[in-house]
Amino acid sequence: MSKKNQKLVTPDIFRQALIGSFVKLNPVYMMKNPVMFVVEVGCFITLLLSFFPGLFGDVSTGTNLRLYNIIVCVVLFITVLFANFAESVAEGRGKAQAASLKKTQKDTKARLLLPDGTEKEVLSSELKKGDVVMVCAGEVIPGDGEVIEGIASVDESAITGESAPVVRESGGDFCSVTGGTTVVSDWLKIRITSDAGNSFLDRMIALVEGASRKKTPNEIALNTLLVSLTIIFLIVIVTLYPIGIYSGVQLQTSTLIALAVCLIPTTIGGLLSAIGIAGMDRVTRFNVIAMSGKAVEACGDVDTMILDKTGTITYGNRLAADFFPVGSANRSDLIRCAALTSLHDDTPEGKSTLELARHLGDDSQETSGSEFIEFTAQTRMSGVDLPNGTKVRKGAAEAIEKYVKALGGTIPSDLHEQVDKISSLGGTPLTVCENDRILGVIYLKDTVKPGMVERFERLRAIGIKTIMCTGDNPLTAATIAKEAGVDGFIAECKPEDKIDVIKKEQAEGKIVAMTGDGTNDAPALAQANVGLAMNSGTTAAKEAANMVDLDSDPTKILEVVEIGKQLLITRGSLTTFSIANDIAKYFAIIPAMFMISIPQLKVLNIMNLATPNSAILSALIFNAIIIPCLIPLAMKGVKYRPMSSGKMLARNMLIYGLGGVVTPFVGIKIIDTLIAPLLTAIGSGL
Amino acid sequence: MLQIILTIILYLIMVVPVGTYVYHIAAGKHTFADPVFDRVDGVIFKIGGVDPDSRMSWKRYAAALVGTNAMMILMGYIVLRIQSIPLFNPNGIEGMEESLSFNTIISFMTNTNLQHYSGESGLSYLSQMLVIIFMMFVSAATGYAACIAFIRGLAGKSKDNVGNFFVDLVRIITRVLLPFSIVGGLLLVWQGVPQNFSGNVAVDTIEGTKQAIAMGPVAALEIIKHLGTNGGGFLGANSSTPIENPTILSNLIELYSMMLLPGACVITFGKMVRDRKKLKEQPEKTAHKSLSVWVYGREGRSIFAAMGILFVIGLSVCFWAESQGNPALADAGLSQSMGSMEGKEVRFGIAQSALFTTTTTSFTTGTVNNMHDTLTPLGGMIPMLHMMLNVVFGGKGVGLMNMILYAILAVFICGLMIGRTPEYLGKKIEGREMKLTALCIIIHPLLILAFSALAVGTQADQAGITNPGFHGLSQVLYEYASSAANNGSGFEGLADNTLFWNITTGLAMFFGRYLSIVIQLAIAGSLMKKRFVNESAGTLHTDTMSFAVILVFVVYIFAALTFFPVLALGPIAEHLTLWA
Repeated sequence: MSKKNQKLVTPDIFRQALIGSFVKLNPVYMMKNPVMFVVEVGCFITLLLSFFPGLFGDVSTGTNLRLYNIIVCVVLFITVLFANFAESVAEGRGKAQAASLKKTQKDTKARLLLPDGTEKEVLSSELKKGDVVMVCAGEVIPGDGEVIEGIASVDESAITGESAPVVRESGGDFCSVTGGTTVVSDWLKIRITSDAGNSFLDRMIALVEGASRKKTPNEIALNTLLVSLTIIFLIVIVTLYPIGIYSGVQLQTSTLIALAVCLIPTTIGGLLSAIGIAGMDRVTRFNVIAMSGKAVEACGDVDTMILDKTGTITYGNRLAADFFPVGSANRSDLIRCAALTSLHDDTPEGKSTLELARHLGDDSQETSGSEFIEFTAQTRMSGVDLPNGTKVRKGAAEAIEKYVKALGGTIPSDLHEQVDKISSLGGTPLTVCENDRILGVIYLKDTVKPGMVERFERLRAIGIKTIMCTGDNPLTAATIAKEAGVDGFIAECKPEDKIDVIKKEQAEGKIVAMTGDGTNDAPALAQANVGLAMNSGTTAAKEAANMVDLDSDPTKILEVVEIGKQLLITRGSLTTFSIANDIAKYFAIIPAMFMISIPQLKVLNIMNLATPNSAILSALIFNAIIIPCLIPLAMKGVKYRPMSSGKMLARNMLIYGLGGVVTPFVGIKIIDTLIAPLLTAIGSGL
Repeated sequence: MLQIILTIILYLIMVVPVGTYVYHIAAGKHTFADPVFDRVDGVIFKIGGVDPDSRMSWKRYAAALVGTNAMMILMGYIVLRIQSIPLFNPNGIEGMEESLSFNTIISFMTNTNLQHYSGESGLSYLSQMLVIIFMMFVSAATGYAACIAFIRGLAGKSKDNVGNFFVDLVRIITRVLLPFSIVGGLLLVWQGVPQNFSGNVAVDTIEGTKQAIAMGPVAALEIIKHLGTNGGGFLGANSSTPIENPTILSNLIELYSMMLLPGACVITFGKMVRDRKKLKEQPEKTAHKSLSVWVYGREGRSIFAAMGILFVIGLSVCFWAESQGNPALADAGLSQSMGSMEGKEVRFGIAQSALFTTTTTSFTTGTVNNMHDTLTPLGGMIPMLHMMLNVVFGGKGVGLMNMILYAILAVFICGLMIGRTPEYLGKKIEGREMKLTALCIIIHPLLILAFSALAVGTQADQAGITNPGFHGLSQVLYEYASSAANNGSGFEGLADNTLFWNITTGLAMFFGRYLSIVIQLAIAGSLMKKRFVNESAGTLHTDTMSFAVILVFVVYIFAALTFFPVLALGPIAEHLTLWA
């Protein structure tokens, strides 16, 4: 996760959000959030009543009605501001994220290759889809494109934050480049694949900024629920006026407005969009760009995850797991020689061989004057020539056999047996020889990444099934599958097989997530409900997916799913909290409204609030300040721990349901204790 | 106390076979009585020109339902207006006035059976049979048919087929309501309920005055009145008179006949949903199931439990409140050791009265065996509250449909809290369903509160409110809650046969009935088109007791909070004043 902007609110975001909360007061904008719009309308009416207290026939009953109206108006105004502030903060954090991405978008010069072969210098913003540009070492790639010629290492840290350059070459899965990244060595000829201003990065920034944010289906459904609750409570309030008069209670307009605002779900109404933006933002902070909020939401519903073995579950690099001596050679000789050949071997195979040898007690050191021979595709072996003339080699079985035979050595009879045994286990044998004598075989094994077993366990706990896809033979696949603890595997998997699996799972009503990078994966990524493409992958794959991981780390899909769930849980928990609050607010306001005319209802004043006015204002103030109090929770999301649905429901119901019932009782009582003397002092109390 | 518990235990046992029988009929399965009924139904379909194999989309189903009901309203209205003709009219009853006819016919077609007239003086025997008893069968069957279609939609075996309204209507009447009514009716006759066409009998009382004892086809009406959760009495005093409800046994028969079918409906729901799941589930999974699951079906059990919890809470409060007696009467020197006996029949006592009161309003029957107007304030709040909730078993199927809406709400919130977009019975709940659900849930409080506000807000119509103050408000609230919930129980005491009351309660009954049913069918239609989603350890399980408890809370929070302010001004204020 990127280290920048870890703090919830920087002073800069705070300032921006403060301005934003006033700008958003525009009723046209507020209409989009019906719950808060009702509060704004209420604020406006009480503002009128502050100037003309008798406008709707309210009669002062010994209290300073105007002052009371003014206080209600101010509290309502602050409530709206708080809600706007929450949304602004969320947007601000998104914008800050976008700004850092934008820095990479400086207008650069591009060397456009004309059809006649000549070069012409143009601005990157003038490039069109299909143009071919030349980028040399040290230059910035002017736009998204595909490499059509050349091979070069590219620094993509501007986007991914990963400092090690990656290799980009024409053809295959590594041909796609992103605008804004820098070529470090060599040169590339690139065909631009998107018009300026519409590049991948541009769209990403727009998304992160929230400019093109659409309400997700679930948000729409939840909004419907909130609006219907608002309507129900408005019906309650409007009808309460004549019913009150009948019962001999003359209710004041501002009191009715206060009750309405307290009852309608302002807490969740004010935080709903902030939760959505923050959810997207959490994904972004994770260096994953979601193409839509809908994609993040879908993550919460994932039932099946299709994972590539290599890179996701295992390192893909084969690591030394054991040494098997052959013929008359003993194990320590084999280990010593294997270590010698690996002293300067920087490949994962070499490093791990040395590590394993050291672990097994070998401490052979480099003799000065040794000459190390690097691995090449032609020789398919590496090794060392010691000063005493000894030549130690390790490499592919056939290559070493040929080498030994050429030196006049013999092949031990049990070599093939060992080699076959390792192959059948899904490992790769690496034969070691000292001069013309074959010592044995290093067992290279595909290793499951640490922590994966626990992760799959966690997934199983929340009901997600994992399927591993691999090109390996069924035997190897089964070995790794068992070791990692996935629920199923597909061996000798072709890209078409992936689509078939996805379709089959979807036919059972399951939501499927997968990761992929190659062009071959594009159809499967498009078919899956959640497709996470690697940024290192091809443009086609990225276009087809609904999320892109900038770090190209396929295991991230697991975290993204958890973020999706967390987003939904946050939404649900705050909704529950908001609705549960109503109970306490009722017990504060209802007795306060009726107590003067019907003294018997004093019994309902179970919180023993000081005066009717202080009770109503306390409930209203609590209703307002609960919004900023919950902003951190809305931004960070509620804590998510994998557990069965029943347990999780019980836990969250306890915290947010029961908590939602109890908290306002405490909160309103405290506020009442604080403001009651104040109100008496300024003469609004009773 | 003991008799209440025994009555409920007996109910829990009896509801099972009835539920299974109704399920067989709803699902079109074979029953022991098929050889007889298939022929009867066949004749009816032939006469009516109904093709029993044709299938309907939810829209056609709703149209058939509303259209059929509209035709019957028209016919019934005409009969009420011309009932003065000398046909089955030994007591020479006059034709009914327009607004009262409007109110009465809507009342009976919507299964409300709110009565702004007194049966003995307002209706001829022809009207009693052709309008009242006929409607009691048809309106109950209509509600049940809608519910079965609704369940078919939720269980969703096909994409666009909720069944055939006409077939459902006929099958429910011939296979459930008629046979049950005949058996129950005969039992009532055995207990002494009259069933004849004689005119009223005039007798000399021991006090030396003359009294008219009502006669007529009482037993026939009495049984379907309860079985169909209708509630309109043959006589003005309803089931509190010895003519309609002479003994404790007849009281039990009436109790059970109103409780059985709504409960059976939940069992039907559970079993029909289970049928769908059986197709997917492995056989070994179904091996270790508890008895209650086998009886109710998984999903039915939690709904039944939630309804049961609400019922028992209400019943306990009502029973407790009535047992406390009336302090005002105690001050006057009347012993309250028996509880508040004002307006109650001595042969029923507090327990059977409280049970009957809670049952009649929970199951939206509306029949009374004591005068609800004279219940203690809190005791009277319970029947009112249960009509406001309208989900505590409820009338013929309608209660189940309403409860499912709350289940959808509960699922929506709970689903989010476990990190999944909400789903119920394997279907995703999305914007469209939420919109319809919300609309449906808004209608009920809107009807009750808006009409109540109108009634107490316009001076002219307060004339009908016979009690001033808090109790007067309770009377008004009760009247509209009863209308909107299609319950029909009256607080009585309201002088409600006026143009204003006849029209407003008529409208409340009409919209409360048909808007809800059409919207609910729309929800079923929308859900049945959706694909089933997978169920795993991560999905929300709606077949657990904890879901039932959550459902209870959702009902209380959404529905009860809506009515809390008016209840505070009505019964709660009255109670606090009385006990102050």
